[in-house]
Amino acid sequence: MTDIRFDRAPGDRPILTDREEGTPVGVLVYTIGLVLAVILTATSFWVANTSLIWGPGVPIGLMVLAIAQMGIHLVFFLHITTGPDNTNNVLALAFGILIVLLVVVGSTVIMANLNENLMPPPEVMNLHMQH
Amino acid sequence: MNLLGKLDWNAIPFDQPIVMGAGGGVILAIVFVLSWVTLKGYVPYLWREWITSVDHKRIGVMYLVLALLMLLRGFSDAIMMRSQQAVAAGGAQGYLPPEHYDQIFSAHGTIMIFFVAMPLVIGLMNFAVPLQLGIRDVAFPTLNSVGLWLTASGILLTNVSLVIGEFARTGWMAYPPLSELQFSPGVGVDYYLWSLQISGIGTLLTGINFVTTILKARAPGMGYMRMPVFCWTALASNLMIVAVFPILTATLAMLLLDRYVGFHFFSLDAGGNVMMYVNLFWMWGHPEVYILVLPAFGIFSEVSATFSGKPLFGYRSMVAATMAICILSMMVWLHHFFTMGASASVNAFFGVASMIIGVPTGVKVFNWMFTMYGGRVRFEVPVLWTIGFMVTFVLGGLTGVLLAVPPVDWQVHNSLFLVAHFHHVIIPGVVFGAFAGYVYWFPKAFGFKLDETWGRRAFWCWFIGFHLAFMPLYVVGLMGMTRRLQHYDVLSWQPWLLVAEVGAVIVLAGIACQVIQLVVSIRNREKLRVGGDPWNGRTLEWATASPPPAWNFAVVPHVATLDAFWNAKRRAATGANQAAQARAYTPIEMPKNSPIGFVNAFFAVVTGFALIWHIWWMAGVGLLGAFAAFLVFAFRDEDEVEVPVEQIARFEQSHPAEVVL
Amino acid sequence: MNIAVTIDDVARETLPIASEAGPAPKRIVVAYGFWIFLLSDIVMFSALFAAYAALVHATAGGPSGAVLFNQGTAAIETACLLLSSYTCGMMSLSVNSRSRSAVYFFAAVTFALGTMFLALELREFAGMISDGAGPQRSAFLSAFFTLVGCHGLHVTAGLVWLTVMMAQVAVKGLRANVERRLLCFALFWHALDIIWVWLFTVVYLIGVQP
Repeated sequence: MTDIRFDRAPGDRPILTDREEGTPVGVLVYTIGLVLAVILTATSFWVANTSLIWGPGVPIGLMVLAIAQMGIHLVFFLHITTGPDNTNNVLALAFGILIVLLVVVGSTVIMANLNENLMPPPEVMNLHMQH
Repeated sequence: MNLLGKLDWNAIPFDQPIVMGAGGGVILAIVFVLSWVTLKGYVPYLWREWITSVDHKRIGVMYLVLALLMLLRGFSDAIMMRSQQAVAAGGAQGYLPPEHYDQIFSAHGTIMIFFVAMPLVIGLMNFAVPLQLGIRDVAFPTLNSVGLWLTASGILLTNVSLVIGEFARTGWMAYPPLSELQFSPGVGVDYYLWSLQISGIGTLLTGINFVTTILKARAPGMGYMRMPVFCWTALASNLMIVAVFPILTATLAMLLLDRYVGFHFFSLDAGGNVMMYVNLFWMWGHPEVYILVLPAFGIFSEVSATFSGKPLFGYRSMVAATMAICILSMMVWLHHFFTMGASASVNAFFGVASMIIGVPTGVKVFNWMFTMYGGRVRFEVPVLWTIGFMVTFVLGGLTGVLLAVPPVDWQVHNSLFLVAHFHHVIIPGVVFGAFAGYVYWFPKAFGFKLDETWGRRAFWCWFIGFHLAFMPLYVVGLMGMTRRLQHYDVLSWQPWLLVAEVGAVIVLAGIACQVIQLVVSIRNREKLRVGGDPWNGRTLEWATASPPPAWNFAVVPHVATLDAFWNAKRRAATGANQAAQARAYTPIEMPKNSPIGFVNAFFAVVTGFALIWHIWWMAGVGLLGAFAAFLVFAFRDEDEVEVPVEQIARFEQSHPAEVVL
Repeated sequence: MNIAVTIDDVARETLPIASEAGPAPKRIVVAYGFWIFLLSDIVMFSALFAAYAALVHATAGGPSGAVLFNQGTAAIETACLLLSSYTCGMMSLSVNSRSRSAVYFFAAVTFALGTMFLALELREFAGMISDGAGPQRSAFLSAFFTLVGCHGLHVTAGLVWLTVMMAQVAVKGLRANVERRLLCFALFWHALDIIWVWLFTVVYLIGVQP
């Protein structure tokens, strides 16, 4: 394990004091993570297939569930916390997420806008030109 | 199944005399150098000390060697283009047929961006950053070597395309549908794609290496606000590399899938979207130019502070401006395709963003000026490059602000006005910065300065030549001349292009001066010999001997302030804090050299060449070979070499430090 | 925000400020470097996601996701990968408690689950191709096969890596550098599961909405 300092490798569990040391705690963390992830995944599949939720709201609901699942993975499997020993790891993650958002949202918005401004296909164009 | 895929004797362009001459010349030169090196018995030394080296200083030097050699190739492309355009007016066809001219402008752009500018900047960062951070090497030294040799692989493949096959004719951006198989059935685009994919991996590894090094491995006491500005710009640049090179990898991979397996990402049929390539390409492409220019800005910061004898003005605002540019550079990319049809509101957003990004750069320019103001400026060659940069880059940046206005861009997009703009920022920015860094750090790397007279001549030739070569291009751009023209009918453009040709020849003279400078300096190296601190420097690299030992610092320095070395010198001058010369040395663990970088790159070239020519069995061999070599490396038992105390002590005694940190 | 006076029972004032503490220990440096690599890999996936989003309706008269995708298969694949992430976590714990046989066991289970995932995915791909819905059919299908296929390639690479790592454990034991490499593997494997969460949400769940 790392020596005590304000720094922890991503993926490493927090240094446990003598009180807490022992595999039962480690297994518990992963198990809780698994259970929560299973619940969220099942919920996602349910949301996608149910008629109980207003149609246009389904994608947003699924995104939220996906973000939650990502959070579960980060916290329970990758042991990312907001403690000062994890600052670099969190900042790097935040930077990565920013880039991903720029790429995905930026591209989607721009491509939609560009496609919108394309000339209509021939059939529609003829109709258009006939006023 | 043909054993050699698409490869046959027709691949060699026997019918193109210029290509055959150039290729033949290069091959002869390579054969000559290799024979000389072998016969003189230098091969074991080169293998042991350079090819398998994982030392950041050696790797930095090798990057620079690659970059400077490729500068010669890229510049020959440039002067060929200028010469062609100077004569091919009216009915004249010039001396370069269109199929050849198209390859030249494509190769020029590709080589200059990927194989000159990137290696220049990465080489200088490699050399200087660990020394400035007060540490012994980067976080992942072997990975560093792998990155270097993968870049060399890309370079080799691109240059092989000169004599075996052809290069892309699509321009350096390789837009579909022209770059799709339907319209570029030859191997040219494949050479382009595989060269860039291979060297792109190398660049990404460098990015990871430097981000980790700068964030996790600085000397004790060197908090973030005590880091030299060059290290801040290196951090920002490498963060951007990590952020955007994967986008290029994905985009080129999609084009490769279209070409090799018939996918429809960018095809004209089956729903392909050509515009998506342009969008994704420039999402990489715009941050790329900031990846190149930020380390150059860092060099200018170091040089202006050192040669003014003053601390850099506005350190905090420099840091803030650097990180602002890092983030903002990823929000402006649409300005490369204002004319592709986005609506006014989208164009306006990116236009405004492109203007905003000029502000942090402006902050930097003011800081450099205020650094020099009130200082005792020594007009050494690095300072000439810096001042040349300042006056030239600002004007180039202003033309950028002009282009950021979408209605203006609609008039001059893809004209020579645009070409003039981007050369007007890249050359003073990146190239002058790299040359300043080259002259500045050369004595540290080799123990002797570069000849000053030839350095001054080189600068003036470049400065005057650059202006003569590119200012006329603004004029013809506004007169309506588009880029990449092999010939043209508007005779009124020709006088301007003739002036541009003269400018190119003067730049050629500048390059010749630099070659002569190197030869003369090596010949006179004893007279030019210097110690550890030839420029009265401010940062930690000047605390080491010239050249530094493999381990950089015998004792890892403990840093207490910004400009750590300068302050240590000041403390020493007042008599305080002079520790006893006989310090307690401990054995130093240094990373062991490894051939994996070179071997891996060899297999990368084999795989790349095989994929280009559709020699599938050879591609398999290449991949398996790389994997096998990697396994051998992964199972090695010794990854470190211990430097014994006696060796350290001996070195320290023969290179006494003026100031002990 | 950690407002604790002590960090792990050591008084805070005695520790140097993190940014001035000098070079970090090798385990932290290696894992952080790998973390940065993972972020770059995720950016690459985001570019493929962006391409998928732009091309999701470009079916060129061919089949769309609603017609092609089987949520049942996706659910089983998700279960395989999620469980394999769990067993990978168990393997990490075994490494920490230095129990070699447990390491081999959990690695084997992880490998098996990963292989099952790949088998299901390959079966899905083969089925689509034989139905005439291969990647050459339309831009949408090109984007689908590339995005999901790229993830599958990463899983494959992960399985190869896991095998090599078990060979290293057998030959070298749980030395420091082997432990570091296993830490990196765990990071990689968990990250692949995170990417799969987004994949099945966007492609298989959102993508088949009417």
